[in-house]
Amino acid sequence: MLNGTEDEEKWLAEGIAGIQHNAFYMHRALDSNNLREALKYSAQMLSELRTSKLSPHKYYELYMRAFDELKRLELFFKDDSKHGVSVVDLYELVQHAGNILPRLYLLCTVGSIYIKSKEAPAKEVLKDLVEMCRGVQHPIRGLFLRSYLAQISRDKLPDIGSEYEGDADTVMDAVDFVLQNFTEMNKLWVRMQHQGPGGVREKREKERSELQDLVGKNLHVLSQIEGVDLEMYKETVLPRVLEQVVNCKDDLAQYYLMDCIIQVFPDEYHLQTLETLLGACPQLQPTVDVKTVLSRLMDRLSNYAASSADVLPEFLQVEAFSKLSNAIGKVIEAQLDMPAVGAITLYVSLLTFTLRVHPDRLDHVDQVLGACVKKLSNIPKLEDSRAMKQVVALLSAPLEKYNDIVTALTLSNYPRVMDHLDIGTNKLMAMVIIQSIMKNNSCISTADKVEVLFELIKGLIKDIDGADVDELDEEDFKEEQNSVARLIHMLYNDEPEEMLKIICIVRKHTMVGGPKRLPFTVSSLVFSALRAANGCDIEHVAYEFFTQAFLLYEEEIADSKAQVTAIHLIIGTLQRMNVFGVENRDTLTHKATGYSARLLKKADQCRAVYACSHLFWVDDQDGIKDGERVLLCLKRALRIANAAQQMANVARGSGGPVSLFVEILNKYIYFFEKGNKQITSSAIQGLIELINTEMQSDSTNPDSVADAFLASTLRYIQFQKQKGGVMGEKFESIKL
Amino acid sequence: MNYLVGAFKPPCNIFISFADGRSRKQVPLKKENGKTVMVALFQSQESIVGEVVIEPVHRKKVEHNGVKIELLGQIELYFDRGNFYDFTSLVRELDIPGELYERKTYPFEFSTVEMPYESYNGVNVRLRYILKVTISRNYVGNIVEYQEFVVRNYTPPPSINNIIKMEVGIEDCLHIEFEYSKSKYHLKDVIIGKIYFLLVRIKLKNMDLEIRCRESTGSGPNTYVETETLAKFELMDGAPVRGWFKDSCNPGPAHGDSGESIPIRLFLSPYELTPTYQNINNKFSVKYYLNLVLVDEEDRRYFKQQEITMYRLLETS
Repeated sequence: MLNGTEDEEKWLAEGIAGIQHNAFYMHRALDSNNLREALKYSAQMLSELRTSKLSPHKYYELYMRAFDELKRLELFFKDDSKHGVSVVDLYELVQHAGNILPRLYLLCTVGSIYIKSKEAPAKEVLKDLVEMCRGVQHPIRGLFLRSYLAQISRDKLPDIGSEYEGDADTVMDAVDFVLQNFTEMNKLWVRMQHQGPGGVREKREKERSELQDLVGKNLHVLSQIEGVDLEMYKETVLPRVLEQVVNCKDDLAQYYLMDCIIQVFPDEYHLQTLETLLGACPQLQPTVDVKTVLSRLMDRLSNYAASSADVLPEFLQVEAFSKLSNAIGKVIEAQLDMPAVGAITLYVSLLTFTLRVHPDRLDHVDQVLGACVKKLSNIPKLEDSRAMKQVVALLSAPLEKYNDIVTALTLSNYPRVMDHLDIGTNKLMAMVIIQSIMKNNSCISTADKVEVLFELIKGLIKDIDGADVDELDEEDFKEEQNSVARLIHMLYNDEPEEMLKIICIVRKHTMVGGPKRLPFTVSSLVFSALRAANGCDIEHVAYEFFTQAFLLYEEEIADSKAQVTAIHLIIGTLQRMNVFGVENRDTLTHKATGYSARLLKKADQCRAVYACSHLFWVDDQDGIKDGERVLLCLKRALRIANAAQQMANVARGSGGPVSLFVEILNKYIYFFEKGNKQITSSAIQGLIELINTEMQSDSTNPDSVADAFLASTLRYIQFQKQKGGVMGEKFESIKL
Repeated sequence: MNYLVGAFKPPCNIFISFADGRSRKQVPLKKENGKTVMVALFQSQESIVGEVVIEPVHRKKVEHNGVKIELLGQIELYFDRGNFYDFTSLVRELDIPGELYERKTYPFEFSTVEMPYESYNGVNVRLRYILKVTISRNYVGNIVEYQEFVVRNYTPPPSINNIIKMEVGIEDCLHIEFEYSKSKYHLKDVIIGKIYFLLVRIKLKNMDLEIRCRESTGSGPNTYVETETLAKFELMDGAPVRGWFKDSCNPGPAHGDSGESIPIRLFLSPYELTPTYQNINNKFSVKYYLNLVLVDEEDRRYFKQQEITMYRLLETS
């Protein structure tokens, strides 16, 4: 048994054979100028197109064969010296054929010559042809016949400036003709859905979509008619096309045709007929994807607006924005079961449109966001990820356009939209906002805006109810918090008073962040505060900040890793402070050093302590330079490193991390270079020897990282020695 | 020997010719033997003028009891073949009894002859007009010669010619309305019309328009009716769906749409038609019908037949 496709192939082959066979005799008749025989065989040839067995795709193949043969026949018909019959008589003669399909193909063929001969007004012939074609009501055969009619008549329409235009033939006749053919073709096309072999719906729809361009071709022809000016488009073409679209009540056709209208006619026409075009949208079937249609329309208009500034006044004149906005509102209202993603997509398009057309109208942007909020508030919980993406797109669009978060902060509905995002997306959006600020280096300089901004990014600032803490990705979390920390630096105002307000607001928000966030954010806050305090020379304020920071460190930061991070930040910050007097500074550095020495792990202790050495040596013009205390710190670090080494020996019977020593060596070298008199070349020499001994001791595990570190450190010394000059001399005394 | 020849072959040849034979229109006529010959065409009230030439064979003397020419209009019914019924019979004496020695020409004239019926060659009946020349003789058989001619009568266009308009259908299945622009057509006419589909719930495959010719002969128990389909002309391929949606998804008819209409345009010239003959001499009738046939996908036929009147319009060309 053959399956469907093989059967079809067979039938197609038979059809083609039939056409070839009859075409052979037709050619013979044409060569011998025998009209009767030519008519007979051409009709028989065209009878092959009467088949019902082929899918549209295969039928098209068959049709093309016949089409080629008809071109030859047309040439013969055209030359009445060959057959001696006037075109008027010929027009009647072909109508004697008994079968309708061959008869109408022949009639169209002769009709085209009839128009060319100008023996009758083009409109009469066209009208007759389009009317007679009604006889073929079979969808596929009818569509192809009418498509043949459209094909042969294309260059013979009484268009303005065409040779077929005359007193009796106007462009209106051309339009009427094409519209009628379009209407009939659309009816046939729609009918396929309800007729024909009762296949599955998908198959039928697939077959139909294979034929859609035959129908759409008519709209294309209409758009090519010179005489269809805006006036005619507005008064005749569009209303009649839309009438057909709405009345056919078929979702496939409506979607395709709406899109087709939007694509084939000029943007300028759309702009001037927006009301009519948009008015049709709520009348479409509920299953039609109106949002895509409208989106495409707005995209086109957006591009049009972007194409030239000259066209912008037109947009204003026709109030394009409010019309589109209304239409979208109506569509969303009418289509209750439109998924959220659809509605939001529409708003995204509208927003894109207004951003391009009216970049100055922030109220429009806010209005779109407001409408979106309204829609979102009717949805209990937005769970569709595609919808979510669209909301992100909606929120990102103004940021991209204005490159300036400050503008977005003035949009009252912006945070209200963000409220509807799920936690993950909310965070994502908050990140987008922060990135935008970073990218554009925008400085947020008023307390009000900072307040709004923190409202926007609150997803990053604190735990939100219902958030699933377990699912947090550690790395993402870090990145988020680092971003927040970076953001805090972008909040700045030279006015101490305003700056203080800003800091207070930031503090208010960050303090609720909980133990996981504080290590990231507090430091930035402190920095920011200190910068303000430092800049203003308000020692007591700065001191208060430090006190608070230390209190936080003591009370809030329990995690040892967090402590390490925090202490390094504190050291770093303190090092840069130049506002403190000796006493305060001493208190603070002492405290910091104390914290460092009390960290849990020896290695952490060691590193914190050697970092503390910098607190006594600020490499500025008038920075503190207390070489003795630097040395004390470093020696203390060495002791801790030693202790760590011994502990490791006791605990595991092997040597501890030699790298600590190398790190300390680097500090020695740093201060040596900077001219700290307390650091001598012999001390360095001694340290190097100590490290070498440690390295070679049997108990030490080979540590390639430490080896490399040491090697490169030694290379550096070597390099400095060879460099000569002051530095060379300094290093000369170190023997390797 | 000569006597014997004379017994089987007529002793003289008879030629019948029309005075305007060269200029008169000739039309084809199918003979009984199947051959088609061209014969002169007349219409009623014409004068039939011509001459008869009698030419004795071998200059042999022909004795006769007189020569006459008759104009006969005859109807022959095939169930009664060979029996001619003369509805017209005119006679002209051409010669008194005597002897013929040589070729002799006799002019004749039937002026303004009433020939109300047209020549007709049907399935069961034939109507013909002949000129019959008879040389009457004693003892031996008469010598007879025939010349057939054709009569066609022209009618002016009818003053009243109503359109035919009908609504037909099957309840809840099919409802159509059709109209033909006229009820009377001349032989080279065009049938123009339209069919409106108001409701289609049958899966229709196609629709044809047929021209049917109904010839009835005889009367009473001897009536023979013969129906022939002379034309089968496809009007529609596939069918519009109308009212299909009503039950499913789409309430109400689409706005501004009064039903699909299918055009009819059928040229009659390619078909061999005659005018409608109504009870010709109480012997026969020929009537024409338009039969609209709808065929569904199971090849069931639904049809509606309408009588039309055919008439012959004088061709101007």
